Amino acid sequence: MTSTIVFIALVVVLVVTSSGWPEVKEAFFNREIFRSSFGEIASAFLINVKIFCIAEAIVLVTALGVAVLRGLPGPVFFPVRLLAIVYVDFFRGIPTILLIYLLGFGVPALQLSGVPTSELFWGTVSLVLVYTAYVSEVYRSGIESVHPSQNAAARSLGLSHAQALRHVVVPQAVRRVVPPLLNDFIGLQKDTALVGVLGVVEAFKQTQIDQASTFNFTPGVVAAVLFLLITIPLTRFTDYLVARERQRRQAAGVAA
Amino acid sequence: MSDALRVEGLHKSFGKTEVLRGIDLIVAEHEVVCLIGASGSGKSTMLRCVNLLEPIDAGRIVVAGRDVTTNGVDVNSVRRGIGIVFQSFNLFPHMTVLRNVTLGPRKVLHTPASQAEAEAVELLTRFGLADKRDEFPDRLSGGQQQRAAIVRALAMKPQLMLLDEVTSALDPELVAEVLEVIRELAEGGMTMVIATHEMGFARDIANRVCFLDDGVILEQGDPEQIFSAPREERTRQFLQRIIDAGRL
Repeated sequence: MTSTIVFIALVVVLVVTSSGWPEVKEAFFNREIFRSSFGEIASAFLINVKIFCIAEAIVLVTALGVAVLRGLPGPVFFPVRLLAIVYVDFFRGIPTILLIYLLGFGVPALQLSGVPTSELFWGTVSLVLVYTAYVSEVYRSGIESVHPSQNAAARSLGLSHAQALRHVVVPQAVRRVVPPLLNDFIGLQKDTALVGVLGVVEAFKQTQIDQASTFNFTPGVVAAVLFLLITIPLTRFTDYLVARERQRRQAAGVAA
Repeated sequence: MSDALRVEGLHKSFGKTEVLRGIDLIVAEHEVVCLIGASGSGKSTMLRCVNLLEPIDAGRIVVAGRDVTTNGVDVNSVRRGIGIVFQSFNLFPHMTVLRNVTLGPRKVLHTPASQAEAEAVELLTRFGLADKRDEFPDRLSGGQQQRAAIVRALAMKPQLMLLDEVTSALDPELVAEVLEVIRELAEGGMTMVIATHEMGFARDIANRVCFLDDGVILEQGDPEQIFSAPREERTRQFLQRIIDAGRL
């Protein structure tokens, strides 16, 4: 504890006494600009929160769907499995920003009737498509980590494949993948900033606007602080769950 | 009256290894048949085939007069009537004992929850697990877990029970309580096929003992005859090894 305090104090002293510190402070930590830009950026950040909440809720469901389709047994379902594999390969393989660019600018430009033209809509759709691919792999690893004997026990009672998944395999799989799932959601939360390239005024775009008028990077620091306020608690919570899961397993290992 | 189980010319391979090389077995209603034989002789595989957990390569399996190996048979409805208990218990770790037992009746037989629970509690009480109904499996001893697994299978009211080395994963002092449960089932007239390494138990409880060797039933008969006067040299060798190990 003492060593930590001494170490941090040393670093702070070193930084603020270095020759370039006044310039750095002026460019990144301008108190006036921080105060004046905070309100605008904070309200723009609500757009990020909105994208995140909607996308996360959808991804939780669609990703499980893709993982289940990929695990369907038998030769009859080969085309479905293939489709799921192609989907995951494709959307995990392309840069997220490229997909946002393609869908966000491309689809509205087609002017198809009945198709939304909102950039916010297509930006969110892009994130859902990409993160469904990532998260379905997380689910899949969870499903595969449940020992086949569990499925055998369920099927031997007469449960169908779907019932065995629903009542026995998926509940165990989901418990195991909560930490990596949250990890992906931290990523999703940060990637909401990419929707800014479409001109949607979310936190990052608002930052650029403020920066352009003040020639100062403090608004960027404001946005960073806002993101950290959400991601750090989520990260700590994930760590806590990982530790708890490890403890639980060790306890179970001793009991067995 | 049809036989409870009729297996004819059953063949099963895993890759290039032929595990079952023509099994023929008839089990009458209320009969208790014990399968003995070395590990790898095909006992477990045969039971898994009967419950359709393993697809078979050739042969026929008839359960209560119904050929379950024809194309298009509803595997779920076949399994409904057959209870299987595994060596490793395979209880569902995320459910309480009570939920483990009621899952099948509720989801497969569509028994109303209250009735399924009442029946489950009755079974749990009968097998000394009434106070464990709300525990999760990892809080139970091995013997209790295996008894709970037996109760889970019984809750489906099966006509036939398959027991796959149900005491092999247990500490020696926990074996007796599980064997006691099986004995009670036998006395109640349950038709059972039991793969086991407990020779004393097999001798005691079985109406008939089958010695499996290298994927075939090499010899079968009355337990007294099998254990005291086996006809086949391989059976004698196997039993001698068991006796040498102090297990008979």
